[in-house]
Amino acid sequence: MTSVDKMKVVHHSVRKVDAEALSRGKHLFTGDLTPADALHIKMLWSPHAHARIKSIDVRAAEKMPGVRCVLYHGNVPKIPHCTAGQGYPEPSPYDTLMFDTKVRYVGDRVAAVVAETPEQALDAVGAIKVDYEVLKPVFDYDEALRDGAPIIHDEKESYVPIPIPYEPQKNIVAKIGMEAGDFAKGMKEADFTFDQVFETPYAQHCPIEGYISWAQLNPYGRIVITTSTQVPFHTRRIVARALDVPVQKIRVIKPRIGGGFGCKQEMLLEDVVALAALRTGRPVLWALTRAEVFRSGRTRHPMRIRVRYGVKKNGDITAIGLDLINNTGAYGGHGLTVMSCAGSKVLPLYHVNNIHFDAKSIYTNLPVGGAYRGFGATQAYFAVESMIDVMADKIGMDPLAFRKRNHIVSGESHPAFEALGEGKPGAPMTIGSCALDGCIDKGAAEIGWSKRTPPGSKTGRYRRGIGMSIHMQGSSVPEIDMGAASLKINDDGSFNLNVGATDLGTGSDTVLAQIAAEELATTTDKFIVYSSDTDMTPFDKGAYASSTTYLTGEAVRKAAAKVKSQLIRVGAEILRKKPEELDVDDAHVVTKDGSAKVSYKDIALRTLYETEQFQIAAIESHVTHKSPPPFAAHFVEVEVDMETGKVRVIKYVAAVDCGTAINPQLSEGQTEGAVLNGISYALTEEYRFDGMGKMMNASFTGYNILTMRDKPEIKTILVPSYEETGPFGAKSVSEISINGGMPAIANAIYNATGARVYRAPFTQERVWRAIQESKK
Amino acid sequence: MNKKTISFTLNGESREFDIDPNERLLGLLRRNGFKGTKYGCLEGTCGACTVIMDGKAVDSCLVFAFQAHGRNVVTIEGLGDAGTPHEIQQALIEEGAVQCGYCTPGMVLSAKAMFDETPTPDDETIRLHMDGNLCRCTGYEKIWSAMKKVSAKHERGGKR
Repeated sequence: MTSVDKMKVVHHSVRKVDAEALSRGKHLFTGDLTPADALHIKMLWSPHAHARIKSIDVRAAEKMPGVRCVLYHGNVPKIPHCTAGQGYPEPSPYDTLMFDTKVRYVGDRVAAVVAETPEQALDAVGAIKVDYEVLKPVFDYDEALRDGAPIIHDEKESYVPIPIPYEPQKNIVAKIGMEAGDFAKGMKEADFTFDQVFETPYAQHCPIEGYISWAQLNPYGRIVITTSTQVPFHTRRIVARALDVPVQKIRVIKPRIGGGFGCKQEMLLEDVVALAALRTGRPVLWALTRAEVFRSGRTRHPMRIRVRYGVKKNGDITAIGLDLINNTGAYGGHGLTVMSCAGSKVLPLYHVNNIHFDAKSIYTNLPVGGAYRGFGATQAYFAVESMIDVMADKIGMDPLAFRKRNHIVSGESHPAFEALGEGKPGAPMTIGSCALDGCIDKGAAEIGWSKRTPPGSKTGRYRRGIGMSIHMQGSSVPEIDMGAASLKINDDGSFNLNVGATDLGTGSDTVLAQIAAEELATTTDKFIVYSSDTDMTPFDKGAYASSTTYLTGEAVRKAAAKVKSQLIRVGAEILRKKPEELDVDDAHVVTKDGSAKVSYKDIALRTLYETEQFQIAAIESHVTHKSPPPFAAHFVEVEVDMETGKVRVIKYVAAVDCGTAINPQLSEGQTEGAVLNGISYALTEEYRFDGMGKMMNASFTGYNILTMRDKPEIKTILVPSYEETGPFGAKSVSEISINGGMPAIANAIYNATGARVYRAPFTQERVWRAIQESKK
Repeated sequence: MNKKTISFTLNGESREFDIDPNERLLGLLRRNGFKGTKYGCLEGTCGACTVIMDGKAVDSCLVFAFQAHGRNVVTIEGLGDAGTPHEIQQALIEEGAVQCGYCTPGMVLSAKAMFDETPTPDDETIRLHMDGNLCRCTGYEKIWSAMKKVSAKHERGGKR
């Protein structure tokens, strides 16, 4: 194992490169950079969950004051595409048109008005006349799969670009499954078997900056899109397709972005602002209101998960069966991959030889599912980690001991890694680094697990309980996604580090600079990081799948290593030494014996201006062959009001193995943000619909996300391991800790009350009902 | 349009602005280049547009521009300089409390209003004052430590 102790930049909490400018409110975001003369877009959204547009009349709207153009299905390119920001070709159906003659959920696009002011655009939206043929909607899992159910995508044009199961006539977006061993036999061998259904709700990411994009034509007629996106390169490709213009004609710039969490792994506004800019020749801005973000943005897929388990009295798990239905809503982007990850990031956590996994993604006439931190694993962990406690309870084993007895360790593999891929087989993998036992031990000590008492011993109105859960995730999408970095030296020995990677607030610009600085033996402040501009930076898949540190980080390290060898080569000439006799230290090329040195600055000046001139620079790319899981053990203490069902989280402990934490403070920040989001998802967050499929709580007053007042004490413990395949031993950290909220809290509620909740969020009513049920 | 002119003190300077009668203070500020005040929800629920008006933190999306007439308004542009941020900004930076940074200007101003009124707030006072500022990145943990840090500095008699 390589030691991180000698590292001078990596594994240090270097100050985030953009923190000061952000704290001073500098103009760094999409909406801060919009030209004053930009036109504004307002969308006419579908009021119906399922309807055909029989006719639409935009003439009156076009004549309204300030209106510059109206876009609708009659005057735009009609090219099926997928809005999910995934690699190409996407493992998702091309089932979306920029504007369609059919609407499939309340909040679907009907027509866009482009006007001088938002108010004028909104007025004109009201003047558009649409005659709808209202169709029977489908809101329910069983209804969608019923023979003879209304078909949501009955159009002929939609197709999947790669061969994955797609059966729109049955409302099926995708199917995936795997069998290992003999599930039926495993269930027979068990002393106890379990069969339980869990349900998770529609939820949303709620970045404080909602969706916003603007576009303008540059003097050469190219379309420049500035947008709050996690996937600038995928967005460029998807917009090019949707508008039928060459990729070459489009530039996508991501400035600072106000949070994403997955919802901006999507091409959501960019096609419309781009086309509006083309049509009007003017800059065009489109910013969604908060209600629009809720209704027409992307969501976390609701899932219904049936879990079957077999367990022996000695604690051996003999079988696991997961049958899940994943509701992707009206369009199918991410439908396959989210449920694939519900298996591949969850099943391998425990030793079980007999495995059944069957997952379907279905269309309904409800809001559209997308990528959301945790990506399917979050939903499945609620079911699996709740059942681990149920089984431990049944065989009379401590849930912590039961987990320790059965979890995966270094050197082991799992068939799910290969079986469950993203439109093609996954990458087989042996677990390298794994400090899960350390996470469990340290977390247990912090929460006081040894003092935990059984539910039967508790009395009184307010009862406290302690619960836990353990998790793994991945780091990047192996053999599919690519990240690249370019690095060049400047006169003064500073460097430009250009990456396509997309810092959405995570601190990846900082982390990547640290990796380059460590490799080059200099300091982070010597790097001018520029990221996410399709004209100026190399390609990167974008910010998703917990991949930037692990994947792009290694591309950066490789680029820095190449630059280092160039520096040493020139340094060798200056110092009249052999390259083998030299190393780098403190921004100098030095002899290993310390007798002579030359600074990067002097090397830069020589190569740029004086002798044997060339630009010291490198560009490197990286594709990973595995997706090494980070591991985590979460512990939570709650207090439940037995009379009202109200759950209060007292303390939450997240012990995380992310390999080497390149920047421990940022890793803690990722963990704490994910933890509170997970608690919020467990306790309050849920879309509520009326009978016609319209979301009723589309604001922060109706859809509650936790505030500082609600925050429990959150304790993060980073438990080090060293992942040999990652840059300086790093794995991912951003997603994993959103997975604990639901199961750990459900287990803590059980420990407090003896009542178990199977449906999230754990509202007062649901908990109260579970308590009443448990008394029967 | 029925334009009106109002005047108020903005970051210590007396300023005049033409406004639309139905315009919000948030829109007025951003239109005039004070874009550190962020747009988050336009319904007073997220706090990203927080400014200080006569010593109180307010959601500028809920304040009509004309209501600022004659008042004293402080925006994020009124705090800190390059290289020497305000002590609240400094604490947030040091504690790693700035992730995406979209909520940060509002957080800073809510905190400033609090510390101006109560230099050494207790936990409940911090919760009360900061409750109106949503953050989805940090879980508030490091924002919380930054508030405690500023408070501790005041307790030691540090410069405010």
